[in-house]
Amino acid sequence: MNVMIVLIPIALFMAAVGLAAFFWSLRSGQFEDLEGAAHRVLITDDDDVAS
Amino acid sequence: MALALTEPGCPSGLAPAETPESPRADPAAFVRRNSSGQDTLELMVNGARCAGCIQKIERGLLALPGVIDARLNLSTSRLRVAWSPGALAPSAITDALSRMGYGAAAFDPAAAMRQVDEEGRNLLRYLAVAGFAAMNIMMFSVPVWSGDGEMGEGTRTLLHWISALIAIPAALYAAQPFFRSAWQALRVRRANMDVPISLAVLLTLGISIAETLQQGEHAYFDGITMLLFFLLIGRYLDHRLRERARTAARDLLALQAVTASRIGADGRVVAISAGEIVVGDSLVLAAGDRAPVDGVVLEGVSELDSSMLTGETIPHAARVGSAIHAGVINLSQRLVIRATARAQDSSVAELARLIEAGEQGRARFVRLAEKAAALYVPVVHSLALVTFLAWLFGPSLLRLGGFDVSDVGLGVALLNAVAVLIITCPCALGLAVPAVQVVATGRLFKRGVLVKSGDALERLAQVDVAVFDKTGTLTLGKPRLVSDLAPEVLQAAAALARVSRHPLSRALVEAAGPGVAAKDAREVAGEGVEAGGMRLGRRAFAAPNCEDASDDAAELWFSNGNTPPERFAFVDALRADAVQTIAALRARGIAVELISGDRPVAVEAAAREAGIEYWSGAASPADKTARLAALRAEGKKPLMIGDGLNDAAALAAAYASASPGTALEASQAASDIVLQGAQLMPLVEAIDVAKMARTRTLENIQFSALYNIVAAPLAAAGFLTPLIAALAMSGSSLIVTLNALRLQLRWSRI
Repeated sequence: MNVMIVLIPIALFMAAVGLAAFFWSLRSGQFEDLEGAAHRVLITDDDDVAS
Repeated sequence: MALALTEPGCPSGLAPAETPESPRADPAAFVRRNSSGQDTLELMVNGARCAGCIQKIERGLLALPGVIDARLNLSTSRLRVAWSPGALAPSAITDALSRMGYGAAAFDPAAAMRQVDEEGRNLLRYLAVAGFAAMNIMMFSVPVWSGDGEMGEGTRTLLHWISALIAIPAALYAAQPFFRSAWQALRVRRANMDVPISLAVLLTLGISIAETLQQGEHAYFDGITMLLFFLLIGRYLDHRLRERARTAARDLLALQAVTASRIGADGRVVAISAGEIVVGDSLVLAAGDRAPVDGVVLEGVSELDSSMLTGETIPHAARVGSAIHAGVINLSQRLVIRATARAQDSSVAELARLIEAGEQGRARFVRLAEKAAALYVPVVHSLALVTFLAWLFGPSLLRLGGFDVSDVGLGVALLNAVAVLIITCPCALGLAVPAVQVVATGRLFKRGVLVKSGDALERLAQVDVAVFDKTGTLTLGKPRLVSDLAPEVLQAAAALARVSRHPLSRALVEAAGPGVAAKDAREVAGEGVEAGGMRLGRRAFAAPNCEDASDDAAELWFSNGNTPPERFAFVDALRADAVQTIAALRARGIAVELISGDRPVAVEAAAREAGIEYWSGAASPADKTARLAALRAEGKKPLMIGDGLNDAAALAAAYASASPGTALEASQAASDIVLQGAQLMPLVEAIDVAKMARTRTLENIQFSALYNIVAAPLAAAGFLTPLIAALAMSGSSLIVTLNALRLQLRWSRI
C-alpha cells in the first residue's frame, strides 16, 4: 500500500498537466473557430508540387 | 480543385454564389489602424461554408498587392484582413470577394466591437475543472466501492481526504455560475433551478466533510463534482446556442450601418458612416446606392426602387425637390440630396421602434424549461424538508404509538435530506432542453436555416397560421421576362439594357445572357435608354404610336429605326417551390394567408397562382401588424414570413417569424429564423424539426420526472449510497442526451 503515496501524487500531477494544457489552449484562442479548424485540415499547400 | 477555385462561389456547392447586385457600402469608413501599423478591416462574409471557401478567400486576398494577413473564421463568418497602409483601396478587398462569388460587408466597429465571448470561456474553464475533479475523484471512489468490506477504515478515510482536497476547491470554483444565478433569483425573492443546485452543492460538501471527519462510509465528493460536470455541459451548450443567436443579431445590426458619401465644404466627397450625418448635409447617392437618411433631392433626375419599404415592385421617379425616404435604392442616375433627418430619426428608425414594441411582447414567452423549473423547485424542496423532519421526529412519534425504535440523530436526518437533494438534482433536466436544441439547430444549419434565438424552435413548433408577404418572399422579388421574342431582338435590346440599373433592364439582361453593352448608350432617367436609332424604355419613350397592352404586366418597349416596336412583358415570378411549400404547410394543418403592400391586382394574381384563398393588397406596415394582432387576439399562433422593411414590424409582432436570406438586414434581425438560398421548402423542414424537437424535449422532461419519482423515495428512505447516486446521475444524463441525438438520425424525411 505504501506505493500509493508515490502513485497518487503522480496521477494527480499528470491530470493537472492536462488541465493546464486545456487552459493554455483556451487562452490562445483555439476554441474561437471550431468549424474552421475542422475544415482547415483539408487544405493542401501543393502549389509548388504542381509547378 | 484548381478548376473549382476559379468558379465563383463555394467550390463544394454548399452555398449559391452571391451576385454583386445589392448595394454595398464603401468599406473605407471602417478601416482601423492596428498596433503594428497595419490597416485592418473586419468583414462579414456571406456564402463561405467549407475548406475550399477558406482556401479560396484567404489565397485570393493574399494575392492582392500589400495584403499581409487574411484570416476567415468559419464559425462566425468573419474575415479579418490586414495590409500595409496605402497599398490598396479598401474597396479592392470587397471587389475581390465579390469576383470570387462571396458577398461581403464591412462592420461598423462601434456596433460590433470585437467581443471575446468571455462568459463562454469561463464556462469552459468551470467545465474543465469540474471534469478534472470528477474523473480524479472517481479514481479514489472506485477502490472504496469495490473494496467494500475488505478495505480498512484508515485507507478509506485517507482516500476520502484526498477526494475532499480535490472536491472542495473544485466544487466551490466550478459551481460559481449556479451560486451567482441562485443569489440573483433569491435577492428578488424568486426561486429558479439554480437554488436547489446551489443548496445541494453546499449541503453535500458539508455533509461529506462531516462524514470524513467521523471516518464514516458515505462521502459524496464524487457525486457532487460529477453533478457539476453534467450541469455545466448543459449550461455551456445552452450558452453557445444563445451566443450564436446573439452574434447573429449583433452582426445584422452592424451591417445595417451603411456608409454615405458627404460633399464637404471644399467640394470633396468623403465616405462617412450613416451615424455621422447631420441635418443639412449634402450627400451623393450614386446609382445603386441605398439612401441612408430621409432627404430632399437637390440635383439630378432618377428613379427610385422602394420595394423594400412598401412592397411595390414598380419604381417611381425622383426629380429636384422630391422627398426621399431612408432605405430606398437609387436606380438610374447620380443624385445629390440634402439630409432632412439624422439616421436615428429617419423613417427607418420609426420602423425600428415598431419592431422593438413587437419584441417586447415576445419576451413574455415562457420556455418549456422554465415551466418545468417552476413546478420542480417547490416539490423538491418540500420533499427534502419532509424527509429531514420525518427522520428527526419520526422515531419519537413512533414511540408514542408504542413501537420500539431509537432516535437516529440529526446527522442521519440531514444525510437523508441531502440525499434527496442530490438524487433529484436536475442533471437530466439541465441537459434535456439544451441538448435537443443544439442537435435541432445544428441539423437545420446544415440545411441552410439559421435559427436565431433559443426559444424560436419552441414557438415555431406551435404555429397554426402562416402569413406570407408577396414581393421578395413568395416571389423572387425580381421581374422575369415572359415575352417570347426573336433572339436577335433580345440581344439588341439587352445591349441597351446593360447600361441601366432599372430592375426591368436587369431582368432583360439576365434573360439575354452575357454580352456587351451598346456603345454611347445614354440613359434618360424615368424614360429609358437610347443609342443610335434604338430606344428601350417606356411606351411613351420608345414606341409612342403603339397601342397600350390590355394586361397589367410591367413592360418595356424596344424600337429600332423603322422596324415595328417590340414589347417585353415582365412578371414577378413565384419562387420555384412556393406552390409546393404552401401545399406542404396546408398538409400540416397550417392555414396560409397572403398580405402585401403591392397593388391588389398583382397580389390577387400571385395568390391565385400560389393557391392561397385569403389575401389582401395595398397593406401598410401598420395594416400588417394589425392583421397579426387580430390573429393573435383570436387565439391563433401566426408565423410571419417576410423580407422588406415594411414587414419588419409584423415579423416582430408575430408569434414566430421567418425571412429569406435576401431580406433586408432589419427584417432578418426581427426574424426567428433566416432561410438561406432561394428556396422556401426549408421553412417546412424547420417546422418539422421544431415539432420533433418539441416532442424530444417533452420526452426528456417526462423521463426526468419519472426518474425523480423512482429515485426520490429511495433517497428519502435512506437507501441511497454514493455508488447509486453516481450511477443514477450519469445514467439519466446519458439517456436524455441519446434521446436528443435521435433528432440527428431522422434523415429520411424531406
